[in-house]
Amino acid sequence: MLTRRRFIADSMTAAGFLLAAPLSGLGSSPAPESSGRRRKVLVVVFQRGGADGLSMVAPHGDPALSRNRPGIGIPKSGDTDWVIDLDGFFGLHPALSPLLPFWRDKRLAIVHAVGSHDPTRSHFEAQDYMENGTPGTKRTPDGWLARALRQEGGNGLRSLALTHNLPLALRGDPTALAFPSLASLAGLGKLRGYETIYGPDERVFEIVERLRALGLSRLPIGDPGASPRSPFGQAMREMSQVIKADAGLRAGFIETAGWDTHVNQGGSRGILANRLKDLAEGLAAFARDLGQKLDDVIVLTMTEFGRTARENGNRGTDHGHGTAFFVLGGDVRGGKVYGRWPGLRPQDLYEGRDLAVTTDFRDVAAALLAGHLGIPNLQTVFPGHAPRHEIATQVLG
Amino acid sequence: MNRRRDPFTVPILLLFLILVLTVSFAQAAGTKSDASLPSDDEAIVHLLNRIGYGPRPGDIPEVRKLGIDEFIEKQLSPDTIPDAGLEMRLEGFKTLKMTTAELIEAFPPQGPKSRQANAQPRGRRPGQEIILELSKAKLLRAVYSERRLQEVMTDFWFNHFNVFAGKGIVPWVVTSYERDVIRPRALGKFRDLLGAVAESPAMLFYLDNWMSAGTSPPADAGDPGRQALRGRHPRWFRDIPPPRPEARPAKRRGINENYARELLELHTLGVDGGYTQEDVRQVALAFTGWTIAEPRRDPRALFNGRMHDGNQKTVLGRTIPPVGGAKEGDWVLDLLARHPKTAEHISRKLAVHFVSDDPPPALVARLADTFRRTDGDIRALMKTLFHSPEFWGPKARQVKTKTPLHLVVSALRATGTETDGGLPLLRTLREMGEPLYLCQPPTGYKDESSAWTGSNATLQRTRFAAALTENRLPGTRIDLERLSPPAGGGNARGTVSLVGRLLAGVDLPETLVEKVTRSAVEEGGPSPDVRRIAGLILGSPAFQAR
Repeated sequence: MLTRRRFIADSMTAAGFLLAAPLSGLGSSPAPESSGRRRKVLVVVFQRGGADGLSMVAPHGDPALSRNRPGIGIPKSGDTDWVIDLDGFFGLHPALSPLLPFWRDKRLAIVHAVGSHDPTRSHFEAQDYMENGTPGTKRTPDGWLARALRQEGGNGLRSLALTHNLPLALRGDPTALAFPSLASLAGLGKLRGYETIYGPDERVFEIVERLRALGLSRLPIGDPGASPRSPFGQAMREMSQVIKADAGLRAGFIETAGWDTHVNQGGSRGILANRLKDLAEGLAAFARDLGQKLDDVIVLTMTEFGRTARENGNRGTDHGHGTAFFVLGGDVRGGKVYGRWPGLRPQDLYEGRDLAVTTDFRDVAAALLAGHLGIPNLQTVFPGHAPRHEIATQVLG
Repeated sequence: MNRRRDPFTVPILLLFLILVLTVSFAQAAGTKSDASLPSDDEAIVHLLNRIGYGPRPGDIPEVRKLGIDEFIEKQLSPDTIPDAGLEMRLEGFKTLKMTTAELIEAFPPQGPKSRQANAQPRGRRPGQEIILELSKAKLLRAVYSERRLQEVMTDFWFNHFNVFAGKGIVPWVVTSYERDVIRPRALGKFRDLLGAVAESPAMLFYLDNWMSAGTSPPADAGDPGRQALRGRHPRWFRDIPPPRPEARPAKRRGINENYARELLELHTLGVDGGYTQEDVRQVALAFTGWTIAEPRRDPRALFNGRMHDGNQKTVLGRTIPPVGGAKEGDWVLDLLARHPKTAEHISRKLAVHFVSDDPPPALVARLADTFRRTDGDIRALMKTLFHSPEFWGPKARQVKTKTPLHLVVSALRATGTETDGGLPLLRTLREMGEPLYLCQPPTGYKDESSAWTGSNATLQRTRFAAALTENRLPGTRIDLERLSPPAGGGNARGTVSLVGRLLAGVDLPETLVEKVTRSAVEEGGPSPDVRRIAGLILGSPAFQAR
């Protein structure tokens, strides 16, 4: 018997309808950027290691969930720490409670059973595919975010990754910058002289100069104690500083590690709960810090795959398939879990073990690129893939 | 009859002849791998940048005197190379000689309760002192050891069989992992290395195999696996204490796929090695029972027959014969170590490290052939590599971007710097994205140039070059005297050429000399500081390549 809930989302397959704002950019005409429209920013948060979608957004209405996970399930009710019901079927992990206000304000949407259709369960391969945007093709030299940004003019601070090395998603954007933190730019005053040696093509010296000229350290950063002290929390805080500085940023990239929970991942509390708390606090502080500016920003969380529907022998989970993404921001038609729910009975599972993928991650990314950033040509961003955002236009009419 | 000869015919014919001869010589040199190796200074610098962490002052004449062939031969037998200088530098590093049990006693890990208390602010994490000393020692070895190739290969294999010293007991076992498992086998047999890694507490813990248990206990209580293991590895066998009555009655069992998957994907066959999800599961079942005794007191490998899955297993289409519990894992390792896909995967990875990011398929094929012929003899693989025309060819020169470790070490070596390998350098590596022993994913650090270029790389590397030459790194002192040109030396350009030659071992490209001169003069006037010149050269794109 199909429950009502299993249908919720059937009517809303794919992800293009996440956007609440008029989708002027969807289709052929690019969003007019210069003509007074405010600059939109997309921030990708990559959870490296394969985050467990079934814990992040637990389908507590699916009776197969607790059967699969006797040791790591999150109780539906109890004294404390039970799953936070969202819509009667899905519930938020209790450690994600800092995100709840945004769900209620309809600025947080969730896409479930999302991922890549490629069968790989290799971390690096799946991450590469999710970043190069061509699952199954390793040799694609650049990333989907870079291919999208190349369609834009400008050579300012267009994209910034707060990472040590430029992530594949942004590789191929000649203006992309990567620093582990803005604080790492301090004390660079004595570097003059290298510009001559590196020549005009290396723009990092000039851009660092401009970043400093923006006086990032003087920007109001809200309550510094509001962001977690963790590397992720600090990266989110710095990203909001850059966005508020209005320096032309269109895309940001931040990564967070520790999601490969093979052992003792825990239920309401434990290793995974701690990681989720960090994630939620970082995202929430970011959104609060942006204030009004959040209207122009969308954060998309991604992870290379989900984890096995059943727990393994060590109260952990092994590499799986489908997972959940969060979409947080002003333009989002939130308060809803999108995607078709494939179910968790043995016959529903991908290869008999994992949550199936019913929404291609490229459809989510494409919807945000088109509808939010106004990227005109998605064919070159996701070659060989026809994004299913026509449904989006129908739904939003 | 026209007997008049075109005055150009003869010279052109001669030129043509010379060209043909040259080409055929070059081809001969290109096809015959036993042809004598090039021995010009450029070639020596190239070799020093691959077989080790770059030239030190005096290296080039030394190699020239010894002969390139002989130098390579010596590097292939590290035990024959005296290394007293390094040993002296490492004398005070007590943890390097301690056993794991001694380390745990000296640096007690916190119990679960106090760990919660530690959840708040920073402070040094338990075990961090061990990693700090190990990291300093790694830097010092890279800078000062005469056993250059052994250090490079120790790094290569550690990275291939990566463990993350931020997880659980790994900080306490990683010293022994590198010292007892990796380094002694860095030029040995691949199967031997693979096996030693598989039964190391470091790997058993890092990839969770120590907790993996079969779903059905072996039917036969005699437990052939334990018996088998006793014969093979007396040191590995421990009596398993009987279950305590108060222990939870029915502890749930189940496998953990983590090690099995990375064994296939990363350690042996490679991600395109043709295995399936079911193979991963079957390999995991074969390794159930490979666990750790006393993980928090004196971690040792242990085969626990009670955790072993008793069912028949099939891996890559082959059914594991009834060899007995612990030996099933050995059987799998034998199968994988001798698999052609493993030969190919390891060969390619070596070629990427030593030759170029996209190595010639012919070279990879020859390496794989050596691998199969010699049963994975790493020394033989290195010989094939260093005697291959592809290694010496122009397409291999200056095409690899140095990893942060290689960059930092090669700069210290080039300048003949005295260093204690201390925190400022380790922090530099962290900021460049290569904190030692702290690579979290099992893939290890990437080796391709694309992983190490970009804005952060440029900034951090130029910043490091400036800090080093300005002596702003405590514990590290550069000797600029050595670089200073004789008094009354020539113009700025001449000084740049000279300093460049001293740092790189060979002449810098003219364009770089020109740029460095221009930049140095802009900042420092007509006779710029040697310090400044050295900083510009070490931070230049040319010095980032090897």
